[in-house]
Amino acid sequence: MKARVHVMLKTGVLDPQGEAVRHALGQMGFDGVRSVRQGKVIELDLEETDEETARETVTRMCERLLANTVIESYTVELV
Amino acid sequence: MHAAILVFPGSNCDRDLAVAFERAGARVTMVWHKDTDLPAGVDLVGVPGGFSYGDYLRCGAIAANSPICRAMVGHAGRGGYVLGICNGFQILTETGLLPGALLRNAGLKYVCKPVALRVATAESAFTRGYREGETITVPVAHHDGNYVADPAVLDRLEAEDRVAFTYVGNPNGSARDIAGVLSENRRVLGMMPHPERMAEPAHGGTDGAAMFAALVRDLAHA
Repeated sequence: MKARVHVMLKTGVLDPQGEAVRHALGQMGFDGVRSVRQGKVIELDLEETDEETARETVTRMCERLLANTVIESYTVELV
Repeated sequence: MHAAILVFPGSNCDRDLAVAFERAGARVTMVWHKDTDLPAGVDLVGVPGGFSYGDYLRCGAIAANSPICRAMVGHAGRGGYVLGICNGFQILTETGLLPGALLRNAGLKYVCKPVALRVATAESAFTRGYREGETITVPVAHHDGNYVADPAVLDRLEAEDRVAFTYVGNPNGSARDIAGVLSENRRVLGMMPHPERMAEPAHGGTDGAAMFAALVRDLAHA
């Protein structure tokens, strides 16, 4: 079973990289971009076949390592 | 005073930190990240600057989960002293020993220059060698030194006199100009600037030396 984890900076945490991308898009003529938030996608290939167990395990991985919950939020998607 | 300096793959300020402690009179043991225990009788753990594990995932995240960091967290839990500088500060926030996190610099650029720091409190073994309000010059060298924490956490740090240093000219966008913070028991300090790189005349200044001198003096009697 595969899992995909999306990690994003929490709302309210200023994202200087996203802001730089937004600025660059504006300079390239892409008007109307209100904001850009940059995050990361982590794909895991798991031996686990049970969905509920996999989700629970990946959530623990997120809490302990994959995300820093002080500044980041995450979502777990099983694919 | 016995200091253990942790060494991760990618650490590059470990030997500078060891020299700074040795010159102040400490006994220093270098400890590899795969070790599971600190040497017996260690008073202070130094977590050095650098790029542990290549800054993969997030700066300090992988180091924070290494075997030696579990021992370091245990040491801090027993009231032991910990000094984290630069990447060491990032590692300490990742372990949860210190609140907040270090984000990409607001200007997005790597900043490498001497900066003026205000000693925000002299009430700690790390800062006792300075006068409160004194300005010292110490270099920074980082890409991710932008300190962030909830406003409530920042208020609490200030109310509890746990901000150790503030930037005089904020180089990275850190909240409330914070350059270094102390733990609740004031025995864990994390800071982005490098006192070990301003600790002897050949460095161009000695403003960092008072930190190591004060620690060695205080912890010799601990």
